[in-house]
Amino acid sequence: MSAHTHTQPQPIGGVIFTRPVIILAAFAGLAGALIVWRFAAGLGATTALNDGYPWGLWIAFDVVTGTALSCGGYAVALLVYILNKGKYHPLIRPALVTSAFGYSIAGLSVMIDIGRPWLAYKLPLFWHWNLNSVLLEVALCIITYTIVLWLELSPAFLERAKSSSVSALRRLGEIGLPIARKSLLWLTAFGMLLPTMHQSALGSLLLLSGPRLNPLWSTTLLPLLFLLSCIAMGFGAVVIEGSLSALFLRRKPETDMLAGLGSAMRPLLVLYLGIRLIDLAVRGQLGALFAFDLYSVMALLEMALLVVALVLLASDAQRRDLGNLFRAAMLLILAGALYRFDTFLVAFSPGAHWAYFPNVTEILITAGLVAGEIAGYIILIKLFPIVAGAPRRALAHS
Amino acid sequence: MGISRRTALKAMAGATATSVATTLAPQESKAALVVPRPDALGMLYDSTRCIGCKACMVACNEANDLTPDTAASGGLWHMPVDLNEHAKNIIKLYRDTAKGEQSFVKRQCMHCLDPACVGACMLGALQKGDYGIVRYNPDLCIGCRYCEMGCPFNILKFEWSKAVPKMVKCELCRHRIAEGKGPACCEVCPVGAVIYGKRADLLAEAHRRIAERPDFYVQRVYGEHEVGGTQVLYLTHVDFEKLGLPAYGDDSVPERARSLQHTIYKGFIAPVALYGLLAAVMIRNRKSSGAAEEGES
Ligand code: SF4
Ligand code: SF4
Repeated sequence: MSAHTHTQPQPIGGVIFTRPVIILAAFAGLAGALIVWRFAAGLGATTALNDGYPWGLWIAFDVVTGTALSCGGYAVALLVYILNKGKYHPLIRPALVTSAFGYSIAGLSVMIDIGRPWLAYKLPLFWHWNLNSVLLEVALCIITYTIVLWLELSPAFLERAKSSSVSALRRLGEIGLPIARKSLLWLTAFGMLLPTMHQSALGSLLLLSGPRLNPLWSTTLLPLLFLLSCIAMGFGAVVIEGSLSALFLRRKPETDMLAGLGSAMRPLLVLYLGIRLIDLAVRGQLGALFAFDLYSVMALLEMALLVVALVLLASDAQRRDLGNLFRAAMLLILAGALYRFDTFLVAFSPGAHWAYFPNVTEILITAGLVAGEIAGYIILIKLFPIVAGAPRRALAHS
Repeated sequence: MGISRRTALKAMAGATATSVATTLAPQESKAALVVPRPDALGMLYDSTRCIGCKACMVACNEANDLTPDTAASGGLWHMPVDLNEHAKNIIKLYRDTAKGEQSFVKRQCMHCLDPACVGACMLGALQKGDYGIVRYNPDLCIGCRYCEMGCPFNILKFEWSKAVPKMVKCELCRHRIAEGKGPACCEVCPVGAVIYGKRADLLAEAHRRIAERPDFYVQRVYGEHEVGGTQVLYLTHVDFEKLGLPAYGDDSVPERARSLQHTIYKGFIAPVALYGLLAAVMIRNRKSSGAAEEGES
């Protein structure tokens, strides 16, 4: 019976507003103030964005990289529900929480980035839809997926409501929980379809910039490469989140599962690297890959990071060494983030006299949003049944 | 055996891979040419005639209610360094003293036959309207700037200085055309370096000029085929690339993404099928694992 309770998610409990949470919230508050300024003064006065580089840090990081990092929920769901690896089930809820936060932040960033957000309410007006627009697909998919993610988490909230002292909440939990659990399968399937669509579409976005995109990145396979790499990044994020929360919350790390994720990543990485190289070869760009100019160095770096990650994950013993696994996961994420930055900012060249580097405001807003996300995660797992496994202290007693 | 999980994974990878393959295929064959509509209007700019007086820039701002960009001139006169929120039209100078070569070039929207910006825009704020003019409707624009990411000629500009911004681009003075007039720039040019008319007529005129002075002009009308063809055409005696008109191929820019999207989302069959497959595999897996975890699926 005790084994059972170990795998049931439970609220962590404890003080909510600890010092780290307060510091993180302060960062988020600063970002909030800057966001107000951005809307009052316009994008020109507050950002380094320009007509050569109309998309900058907020799109390349918050949206394109951020949602890929938030593919943990997607990646683990594929493993558990499609590859039928039930043992990873305890990883799902925490991964879903990070995904839900990550996607919500991405949505928020978009609203800050676009120039006329007050018209965004027109996006669902289907009679206006331009079905040729990849961005429309991305936007609609991301909006829907964010809602789906929070709905997938609804059992956690309803479970909590059920044990509430307020009778109305209790009733809500009692009525809502069976419904939520029944619909979970259909939601989860939807939650796997949507990232498949929009994570690949994030790559397709740049097909339109093809004439101004460096050939090392400009390929019709962009959607496939973006899809594969987002799954790898999702696994990486789950490993990092799992190790960090074990560390900070003083819990026993789920070494078995995390090591298992490590081995699940390997075929994915090999596939990605293989496709990337074959594509370059077919398009006759291998020479450019080894030209050792800025572009070639960046592309080689992306691939080298993955190769090192593969080496770090080579043997079972290496994968069970948490520090080593953590480093490999970091490399994966770095490689994926670099691939996205390269595609959206480095490979994209609007002409010699244009330059872009994010300014302090952009960076502080992004940092503040991430800080808010982490604070939200901490608060959520303290209040709601998200994380499974017994605290280390309890374990020592038994 | 039913549906195996492998099938599901294959289907997911396959959804992208097959569509990619099918879109690669037509690229091998001859690029489908974009056929211009018969009433397509455009402009022909002959850089060899332009004297760089910039009268067209002033006329453009007047006709389109744009405030002058005086930043570079110390507040004195309209002097943009490139197209921007104050300039839908600009005259630039290319000069190579070593080669003793010089030419002006006029830049504004090319009114592509198959425009990348129109393909980009989510709600159709940018559309190809009457006479093939690429028009902008701010009521449907959310300011995402994807059109800027797409336009191969860096034409679209955003009102960075405003808290309530719009996109800025040449619309071939469609408000004047509606009144029976032509674009302000063509009307005001003192030497006829830029003329306005039906694309078909302008193309014929361009080829006539080349035929008349074959060793003077570059033997090509820029915009006849580039990116599938544009409604603004260029003639020059120097290398087009020197004038900032890149050597793009004849393929329309939005076609690649469009055919990919159409293959994947044709009738929405693939996504629905994938959804069904994912759900089916999940149900099957849940049964086979003996519903180990009740409550949560
Ligand atoms: S030149 Fe640019 S802005 Fe003009 S129609 Fe073509 S893609 Fe659109
Ligand atoms: S900025 Fe406006 S016009 Fe340009 S693509 Fe976005 S919505 Fe369309």
